[in-house]
Amino acid sequence: MNAITVIAGNISVLRRSDVDTDQIIPKQFLKRVERTGFGQYLFYDWAKEPGWDLDPNPILVTGRNFGCGSSREHAPWALEDFGFKAIVSPSFADIFYSNCTKIGLLPVILPEEEVEALMGETSARVDLEEQVVSFGGREVRFETDPEIRRRLLAGLDDVGITMQRGEEITAYERERERSGPVTTAL
Amino acid sequence: MPKTLLDKIWEAHEVAPGLLYIDLHLVHEVTSPQAFDALRLAGRTLRRPDRTLATADHNVPTDGSNRAAQIRDQLSRVQVETLERNCREFGVPLYSIGSERQGIVHVIGPELGVTQPGMTIVCGDSHTATHGALGALAFGIGTSEVEHVLATQTLQQQKPKAMRISYGGELGFGVTAKDLILGTIGRIGVEGGVGYAIEYAGPAIESLSMEGRMTVCNMTIEGGGRAGMIAPDETTFRWLDGRPAAPAPVPREGWTELRTDEGASFDSEVEIDASALSPQVTWGTTPGMVAPVSGAVPEPASEGEERALVYMDLEPGTPIEGIELDRVFIGSCTNSRIGDLRAAARVVEGRRVSERVSAMVVPGSQQVKAQAEAEGLDEVFRRAGFDWRSAGCSMCLGMNPDTLEPGERCASTSNRNFEGRQGRGGRSHLVSPEMAAAAAVAGRFVDIREWEVAA
Ligand code: SF4
Repeated sequence: MNAITVIAGNISVLRRSDVDTDQIIPKQFLKRVERTGFGQYLFYDWAKEPGWDLDPNPILVTGRNFGCGSSREHAPWALEDFGFKAIVSPSFADIFYSNCTKIGLLPVILPEEEVEALMGETSARVDLEEQVVSFGGREVRFETDPEIRRRLLAGLDDVGITMQRGEEITAYERERERSGPVTTAL
Repeated sequence: MPKTLLDKIWEAHEVAPGLLYIDLHLVHEVTSPQAFDALRLAGRTLRRPDRTLATADHNVPTDGSNRAAQIRDQLSRVQVETLERNCREFGVPLYSIGSERQGIVHVIGPELGVTQPGMTIVCGDSHTATHGALGALAFGIGTSEVEHVLATQTLQQQKPKAMRISYGGELGFGVTAKDLILGTIGRIGVEGGVGYAIEYAGPAIESLSMEGRMTVCNMTIEGGGRAGMIAPDETTFRWLDGRPAAPAPVPREGWTELRTDEGASFDSEVEIDASALSPQVTWGTTPGMVAPVSGAVPEPASEGEERALVYMDLEPGTPIEGIELDRVFIGSCTNSRIGDLRAAARVVEGRRVSERVSAMVVPGSQQVKAQAEAEGLDEVFRRAGFDWRSAGCSMCLGMNPDTLEPGERCASTSNRNFEGRQGRGGRSHLVSPEMAAAAAVAGRFVDIREWEVAA
């Protein structure tokens, strides 16, 4: 995963709320077993609607509850592969938010009226270090969980980090693991 | 200090702050291939095969094919074969297509008894919340997290906030668990549960069957909540008694401690009068766009609702009971258990599916299918003109051959009515199994409370 500090450039606006992951990347494309190449299928059905216009700019600005629905990480993969590096919205669905942070696609939560204002701009600058979005001569603060922020700034590989804590996990298993089903004995 | 059920499970699984131990990892073919690939690439192994279980569900055709090689769609076949290969290579127990234990991942977990009270359970699937019905903390994860759990049996997680939804009163005649959860989502909204683990409580929950509880927890994600949970009780223990992976005898004493203490505080509390709920039907393209069957399609209150009405081809003011249907789907991890099929069968017994409608029943697992056939339910459905299928996700999302055609309108017992979810251009209305069954016969929605069941 690449480290993120500043994402600056033009914005793309998708003025819709409750955009679900079935729209972001429809099911027929989940059959692929690869992790790359999903950008071409982004918003596959919506992209056929007359008047659809979404450029692969670094920043996507969109409505409430973005990414609701399924846990498919294919949705962030598609958004990132298409060209987005940050997504700004008043709110995100939980699993989608977490999936984005795992692949280095930065989800930014701003108040509804700030998102509305940003939709009227053409470009913006997102600074994760300072946790501010700058646009139209103003700076607006946003919050990111400190742990998530630290990982994104450093571009750390979660699995690698946790693997280094193998002894702690082994100690947990030895002392506190609950007895439970043994799937291999079924 | 008094603790919530969430607190108790969370604390028991904290390896360290922010690192949660996972007791059970369920795997299916769609969200796992990239995770196994990443393991392979990094030369990592699977930490706990004995706490991992896989099945094939999303892609499997429901026509009775019993080997991956028989799957005609090439991409689907490759995905199922990839799962089979990965499970062999990494030592994961697998119930693939053709196994008598194969089925929808959220149906087979509880059915085999691997889902147990007090556990942490994850799966690369948003409806993992289903398993919370047995008093577990269960939630969906993405593929990067699947890889993380495969390699470390843990997850980096922040503790969610706790919400309790308490239901006063009892559900009325003809009103089911599905109506309760649809009514709840209509009330809190599709974003109402974001950031929360939701505990469902109150007499209406206590008197639900285990299957009804799974229906409720299953749709937690549709209200934005990542995990839904219900404190285990005698209903839970009876469900687990004698299941293949459940301890014998079931440790009732230990498990009864898994409940929210008197006086524990929640970040949010919601109260809903269960006795005021009616059978529900969704009219739009999110599960929150829902109305009582006796009601009408509402005036759109937002751009999203306007869009939804255009997509659904519905006029405001149309009585729900006036909406005519082309298809009926009884199935999915929300409503495909034996209790759901029994309830639907009672409604259609001795009747015929409307000539206008093509209807199908898809059992959630091969075991549900076998049980239903032993009880003769397959005959009831077949005689009525339903198509009786094999286990899988089927038309819940149509990654397999079961899909809606553009413009077709469907009464569905599944959980999502998103645009194109069941097939491009298809229009889905979410309902209970009883309401779906009655709609199949009538060719339009009917109020199940006015339905006469054959003697
Ligand atoms: S039945 Fe539907 S919601 Fe459930 S796991 Fe399958 S596709 Fe997902």
